[in-house]
Amino acid sequence: MTSQPLQVARTCPYAPPAQHVEMRDNGGITRVRLPNGREAWALSRMDHLRAMLSDPRFSSDRDNPHYPSFRADEVPPSGGGGRMLINMDPPEHGPARRAITGEFTLRRVAELRPRIQEIVDELIDAMLAGPQPVDLVRAFSLPVPSLVICEMLGVPYTDHDFFQAHTATMVNRDTPPDEMQKTMQALWLYMAELVQGKSREPGDDVLSRQLADGAAPEDVIALAFLLLVAGHETTANMISLGVLTLLERPEHLAALLADPSGTPMAVEELLRYFTIVEFGNSRVATDDVELAGTTIRAGEAVVSLTNAANHDPEVFPEADQLKLDRGARNHLAFGYGRHQCLGQNLARLELEIVFNTLLRRVPSLRLAVPAEEVPFKDDAEIYGIHRLPVAWDARP
Amino acid sequence: MRILLDEDKCVGAGQCVLAAGEVFDQRDEDGIVVLLDGHPDEARRGEVETAAQLCPGQAIEVRTD
Repeated sequence: MTSQPLQVARTCPYAPPAQHVEMRDNGGITRVRLPNGREAWALSRMDHLRAMLSDPRFSSDRDNPHYPSFRADEVPPSGGGGRMLINMDPPEHGPARRAITGEFTLRRVAELRPRIQEIVDELIDAMLAGPQPVDLVRAFSLPVPSLVICEMLGVPYTDHDFFQAHTATMVNRDTPPDEMQKTMQALWLYMAELVQGKSREPGDDVLSRQLADGAAPEDVIALAFLLLVAGHETTANMISLGVLTLLERPEHLAALLADPSGTPMAVEELLRYFTIVEFGNSRVATDDVELAGTTIRAGEAVVSLTNAANHDPEVFPEADQLKLDRGARNHLAFGYGRHQCLGQNLARLELEIVFNTLLRRVPSLRLAVPAEEVPFKDDAEIYGIHRLPVAWDARP
Repeated sequence: MRILLDEDKCVGAGQCVLAAGEVFDQRDEDGIVVLLDGHPDEARRGEVETAAQLCPGQAIEVRTD
């Protein structure tokens, strides 16, 4: 079967690339060529993705040489050591995930609400006291999840510049391979020193509790890496995209401000609409698998076009429209199956508090540049906004 | 209406608790689903079916008997 080159970069912030939509509407299982020249299957329908993501014959191991890459070149392995949850398959994955899930239950996350509200309020106070225009990404969107995850893991927040810079470099597909390798090594080294410190002097934090429960230090290092990286770019980009959208669409903002109880559902809709971790659900077949009439052979890569699936009009009527009260939670923005986002309920809570607080406290918040000049991360593994200059009416 | 759980399939995402908090809960230590009400009132059918549909581990089965 002939393959077509996969459109990797996003072409529009508010819709999946036309190529992905066409693939979805023409059967949804398509042979594609990746930027590095390798072949893969692309899945773009919700039902196919759900079937694949709940099938144990598809591996999530990103260290597998067949795992799809979205870069044009090859990046040598960083040699970090420990295995991250996202790379594990059954039977290794289940017990490892259960060992950390207790830290992310709805009840545990709900206990963080007052502290997250405090963090959000303090960041808004600091922003309002400073000069304008200001880049909302640096002043607000990144610090919110960064402060929260640093507190949970017992990481000194003074190191946040290090993480924010290294994480952004790591998820940028244009980072040269040697710089990528250096970045990964620096992050692994930091995590190793962090966990060594927790072994010597345990604190009241997730990493210290994992060590106290008997987890091997190399596993805690890998966990720290995953949680710190996942805790930065994801929620931060959703905050920036959500604020931009609400500022640009006053009717949605008015509805949100009128009824804060609708915000959790508005958050779900924003998650669906932007699907910022588009290719994160990609896999490698470990066996020959028949999926909706197509045989996927052992060793073949499967790319998840999650954004196209989340814009499927058969699943979400008028899917290309943002409807904050849609009430649909059956999107794949957090993934599906055994690897569905561990921090999803933390992300939901942070986003709810942010959207219910920022625009209520700063009703005059506005873009300080024309909307068409906002730079989007078309080139990143995690979609979002590079800079979002904003201004507001200073108090008289 | 009767609910059957497969704990081995549960991944602790908490989607069922979000959808039907009177019927499902999570164990504190590992986030695994706990059934608060195995025979919920028919009025809860909608939210229970939503929970079953959202469950990323397909661990919830809703029976009519």
